[in-house]
Parts: sequence; C-alpha cells; structure tokens
Amino acid sequence: MNKTKHWYDYLWIVTPIYFALGFFNILFAWIGMIFFCLPLLIAIFGGSKLYCNRYCDRGQFFTLLGKKLKLSRNHPTPRWIGSKWFRYGFLIFFFAMFFQMLWVTYLVGSGANSVSAAVKLFWTFRVPWDWAYHGTVFAPWVAQFAFGFYGMMLTSTLIGLIVMVLFQPRSWCVFCPMGTMTQWICKLRAGKTPPPACSGSCASCSKEGCGHG
Amino acid sequence: MPSKRLAAVDSGRCVACGSCCKVCPKGAVSVWRGVTAVVDGALCIGCGKCQKECPAGAIVLNNREAAV
Repeated sequence: MNKTKHWYDYLWIVTPIYFALGFFNILFAWIGMIFFCLPLLIAIFGGSKLYCNRYCDRGQFFTLLGKKLKLSRNHPTPRWIGSKWFRYGFLIFFFAMFFQMLWVTYLVGSGANSVSAAVKLFWTFRVPWDWAYHGTVFAPWVAQFAFGFYGMMLTSTLIGLIVMVLFQPRSWCVFCPMGTMTQWICKLRAGKTPPPACSGSCASCSKEGCGHG
Repeated sequence: MPSKRLAAVDSGRCVACGSCCKVCPKGAVSVWRGVTAVVDGALCIGCGKCQKECPAGAIVLNNREAAV
C-alpha cells in the first residue's frame, strides 16, 4: 500500500462541493460534464481506466464514507449486480434516460416548453428546486439541461450511497455506467491481447478466468 | 519464501475500478489497460486485502501449492 498521499487522493471533496454549488445555483451543474467527458477521453485516447482508478471523486467519496466513517455494512455485492446483463442493461437504461433529458432540453430550446425549475429524482420524483434558479444570461435550454443533469448526478449518487451502506463502499463502481462504458472501450482497444503473464509459478493452473495469464 | 496463498482475479467479473491496487501492501495488483486487474504472483503475499476490498467479488485466494 502506497502511503504517500497525492493531490488526487483528496478529490472526494469535489462531490460535496458539486452538490452544494448546484444547491445555490443550478447552472453549476454544467461542471458535471467534466465527470462525464474526462473518463471517456482517457479511455478513448489513453486506453485506460485511470479516471476510475485514480481521479474519480465519487469512488473516493464512497470509500471515505463506507470505510473510514464505517457507514458500510461490508456485505458482498450481490452477484447479479456484477453480471454482464445487469451492467450493460443499466448502462442502456441510464443513457435512455440521458437522451430523454436531452429531448426535454430540446423542447425548451425550441420554445415549445418553458424551463421547469425542478430536479427529477430516481427518474420519477419531481422535487422543486426553484431557489437555485435566478434566471440565466444564457438561453433557457442551458438552465433546463442543468436541472436535468443535476437530477441525474444526484440520483446516481443516491443509488451509490444506498449500495455503499448495504454492500461495499464502492459497490456503485460495479454498475456505474461510466465505468462499464470505459471498460468496454478499453476492451475494444485491447482487442484479443491477453493480460500479461504472472511471474509467479502456476504451472498446473487451469487459467480459467484467472488473471495470472 | 513465497506465501502459501495467492490472489487471483476473475477477469470476467472484474470491473477494473482499481480498489484492489490501492489496498495492496506490496503493489502486486495493477489494472491492465483498463480491462482487468492483474496480480503479480511473485509479489503477492496472499494477505487477502484485495479480496476484501473488491466490490465485484472478482478476487479469490488460491493455495499457491495447489497452483504450482
């Protein structure tokens, strides 16, 4: 275990700051696009999950709460949550909801709807959030997108918090849509290259599903 | 002397989140190209910290003797 603390080990602070900013002015929700684009760019151009491994504020935040503050029961994450169909199913569902949010943004942009100063939790519950909207110098759709995006971020963090308490600190990482997507990109990039062989001696090892080459 | 036990990653279940790398006292675990975690058997001491940390339940501890 590397005991040296780096600047990126304190990135957990970004999670509470992000939600606090969005609580006072919803337009800050746009900052969340960094958490959306950066992992993809690192995966596409760098071919790694360095974002998850090192920089993800949410992963660090859950570790802090679950491990350091002992808020997690530390029960194994149910096997079905880690299954391929659930992970990719959740990714598809999440993106369907994302595009639905973009459609609502488009309707506001085209003038068909006016801005709805509310945040949708769990894609169902409409929570008024009008105190965080003070009008915008930008086009109205900019504010609508901010409300939609903030709701998405809040919902996923709440789900993450629930699984953090019920299972393990970073259980969210098992089905995090960004994690699933970046791993998929990395798998495509790696192609059929097998992971490096282990320098231990596993001469009679069956190698089935084992990372030891 | 090599440890009795050795961690192994089920790459089919690994989500490559990197939690295991952070807790390994020997730096024996790394995430390979964002695809899966890999254990360096020469460095692994079989302490099981990575297994406890893994949220995906992708790490098992095998007997080194059985594997050699």
